[in-house]
Amino acid sequence: MTDADRGFLDLSHVQKRFGGFTAVHDFDLSAHRGEFVSFLGPSGCGKTTTLRMIAGFEYPDGGSIKVDGKEITGLPPNKRNVGMVFQSYALFPNMTVASNVGFGMRVKGRPKATIDKRVGELLELINMPDKASSYPFQLSGGQQQRVALARALAIEPQVLLLDEPLSALDAKIRVALRKEIRDIQRQLGITTVYVTHDQEEALELSDRVVVMSQGRIEQVGTPFEIYNFPATAFVASFVGTLNALPARIVEPASGRIEFGGREVRAGSTLSGRPGDEVMVAIRPEMISLAGIDPEPSDATNRLPATIEDVAFLGSVVRFKVSVGSDATIINVDTFNNPNLAVPSAGSSVWITFPPEACLVLARDAVAVDTDVLAAAEAML
Amino acid sequence: MKRRRGSIAWWLIFAVGVAYFFLPLFATLDFSLKARPAFAAYNNSFNDPKFLASLIYSFVIGLLTIAASMGLIIPTAYWVHLKLPRARPIIEFVTLLPFVIPPVVLVFGLIRVYSRAPLPLTHTDLGSSALLVFGYVVLSLPYMYRAVDAGLRSIDIRTLTEAAQSMGAGWATILWRIILPNLRVAVLSGAFLTLAIVLGEFTIASFLARPAFGPYLSLLAGYKAYEPAAVSLISFGLTWLAMIVIALIGRDTRNRIEMGGAH
Amino acid sequence: MTTPVERGVASARPVRRISRAWLGVVPFFLVAFMFIVAPVSYLVVGSFQDNQGQTTLQNYNDLFTPSVANAFRFSIEISLVTAIVGGIFGFLLAYAVILGGLPRFLRNALMTFSGVASNFAGVPLALAFIFTLGQLGIVTAFLKGLGIDPYASGFSIYSKIGLELVYLYFQFPLMVLIIAPAIDGLRPEWREAAESMGASSRQYWLQVALPILLPTILGTMILLFGNAFGAQATAYQLTAGTLPIVPVIIGAQISGDVLHNPGLGYAMAMGMVVVMGVSITVYVLLQRRAERWRR
Repeated sequence: MTDADRGFLDLSHVQKRFGGFTAVHDFDLSAHRGEFVSFLGPSGCGKTTTLRMIAGFEYPDGGSIKVDGKEITGLPPNKRNVGMVFQSYALFPNMTVASNVGFGMRVKGRPKATIDKRVGELLELINMPDKASSYPFQLSGGQQQRVALARALAIEPQVLLLDEPLSALDAKIRVALRKEIRDIQRQLGITTVYVTHDQEEALELSDRVVVMSQGRIEQVGTPFEIYNFPATAFVASFVGTLNALPARIVEPASGRIEFGGREVRAGSTLSGRPGDEVMVAIRPEMISLAGIDPEPSDATNRLPATIEDVAFLGSVVRFKVSVGSDATIINVDTFNNPNLAVPSAGSSVWITFPPEACLVLARDAVAVDTDVLAAAEAML
Repeated sequence: MKRRRGSIAWWLIFAVGVAYFFLPLFATLDFSLKARPAFAAYNNSFNDPKFLASLIYSFVIGLLTIAASMGLIIPTAYWVHLKLPRARPIIEFVTLLPFVIPPVVLVFGLIRVYSRAPLPLTHTDLGSSALLVFGYVVLSLPYMYRAVDAGLRSIDIRTLTEAAQSMGAGWATILWRIILPNLRVAVLSGAFLTLAIVLGEFTIASFLARPAFGPYLSLLAGYKAYEPAAVSLISFGLTWLAMIVIALIGRDTRNRIEMGGAH
Repeated sequence: MTTPVERGVASARPVRRISRAWLGVVPFFLVAFMFIVAPVSYLVVGSFQDNQGQTTLQNYNDLFTPSVANAFRFSIEISLVTAIVGGIFGFLLAYAVILGGLPRFLRNALMTFSGVASNFAGVPLALAFIFTLGQLGIVTAFLKGLGIDPYASGFSIYSKIGLELVYLYFQFPLMVLIIAPAIDGLRPEWREAAESMGASSRQYWLQVALPILLPTILGTMILLFGNAFGAQATAYQLTAGTLPIVPVIIGAQISGDVLHNPGLGYAMAMGMVVVMGVSITVYVLLQRRAERWRR
């Protein structure tokens, strides 16, 4: 939040209620010029509502929205100079690609020559100069969304808003277009807000990610911070895959905890008393498998485990192993390679992970969010 | 957000529409009640044996039309979907023809063709009634076919058929037990629309000299004062009933039927 | 009907199956032939024959004699007027209940009304209007009470304008029924996209919404035109032959040779089919264009 004092897009204490339901609580954000900010969260978390308030399609019940220091909270959308890209493309079906892109300039009464020139440039930008006279129904979904992007950029908006722009597309096109959006955004240096429920998109594209849940901001940070240092159990469970293991504090000062009848060490001192029930969150890729018992050392935690299942996910191999007296299932990810000796189901192995990989969270916090975890996994 | 703007103008338009819709009905009701003693127009109508006879006649013709139309269209549409997609444009074209051929032209041709050998249908009552049914089957073709076609599109008939075949069902069983129940909404809406149209139809029935409801009312209007108003309202009520049934059947579905009309 | 169907499937060899599949649609084409193609063909053939059965084009020439041409002009005129007026009013009405901010239940009520009204025609409709706007009709009486006598100023329910008013009763509801789904099909994102690019509400309507709806609006108006053009019962009941309407003249020709030339009657029927055919074709083409956009 170092740019708070010279933010370009400022939202402060923004609130929105629909009837008795509060969709957005007290939303604060300050994005600097040229920043790419993502709103990430499950459906119904308020991310789209917030975006629509920036666009002017909804008006907040409280708080203010400023762009470049100018108050726009009560302005209608057509007075805002904000570009919008929709999940459903929303191209005008009765107009050619060129007319769609030129629409914003036409309604502003720009001279025809200017419009034609700018439309040409934008079609170059999205690599579709030959499609100027095509109609939207003649284009693929990916092409339509690129045209929608060009159309939003044509009015030279101060802020570009994208509402789940890739959700309706196939996986391959989604990845390709993601990169294209990022390149264009960098090239133009346009301040951008991107709404998505896809954590991979948010992490890859953004300068900063705003993780939201139930109308509230859970965490704001760089993709690196969000992934590696989740501030709340929700963020930990929503971003990336996570093993959430029930454990008990043994000695807070040295970070020792007990899990499944074995003692492991977390990387830091813990707040809490001995005997407190906690959750240990560990990313699957932070865990390694070993065929034989590794040397005990302070640098790693080690636990005996049994292979339950092996799944090839392409570049990654995911093992499900059971650990401890109550046979808790833990996911372990390893990069795939042809020389990988894959243990078969039922064989005994050891799992090891560094103390720093253990994120210790209060038990009740995670308990609440196990549904969210399930929901998030189901969505991905 | 600004959708409410101009709301008064929209209310006004709506009011004009409602007035246009209800004034003639109100006038008819008002007129029918002027007969003395009270409700005489209704009493007389119900006591007129021809009233009931013509209504029953039209109703039976309507049911026969529905049966014939469905017996023809459901197997055909099903077959075309399943085995003969190539035939679809031709079938669609044929089902659009009744829009192009007004009832008065249709009945003109029917009378000319079927009043002589080899099929002199108009020479007997039964033959004329059969001709009437087929005339109505033609009138019902466009929306019946559209309804059934839309219904077939909304279910995966190929999979349903193959599943039924794999369990040993024959074609009759598949149509009757699998396809028909899945087309319930489409079929029922089409049926009630057909019924509404047949009950009020005048042109074809009149030229075929059939004792149907439409010609009866027209005749009645020639020599009675208040009774036609009463019968008109009853006729309107029947149309209304059919449409409400369609609305109830079609609720929550997309198989809405848009076309109407034997004017 | 099941017999050919079963036979069509019983053949196991793929080569034969292709031809046999057509057996399944034989009943349909048989009925279509007997009750559509044969009667129309009869009229077509008859329209090219004179009283002695000789081939001639005279009947089509006769369509241009003043009395017949007038009937076509008159029919086309009232169909056109009621299609345009009914189309515009039906559109406004549908717009009012869908986007005009009127309560939701009014919309459902209007759709049901329209379903009924678009199918309410013929004798009872003509009578209802006589009770409303006839010399003794309640609206006429009401206007007289206000000191306006419509019949003194030349109005009559049995005149052209009267017939048009009656036709409108089933015309605008048909427009409502067909245009409502199209108005529903206007996606809110289109308006939002237009607004975010700086368009005013007016610009959105003129440049986006109306052009998108235009094929459907025009197509439906053409359908309304055909709907009125083919209507016989209402006009017959109302005017009893005093107005020169094509379907009524053809009707009279069926009952007796009022044109003193059966061939001319057939040619008039063909004339109707051509007018209807053109309007339905244009309707289908416009509808197809609208659907292409709506995907």
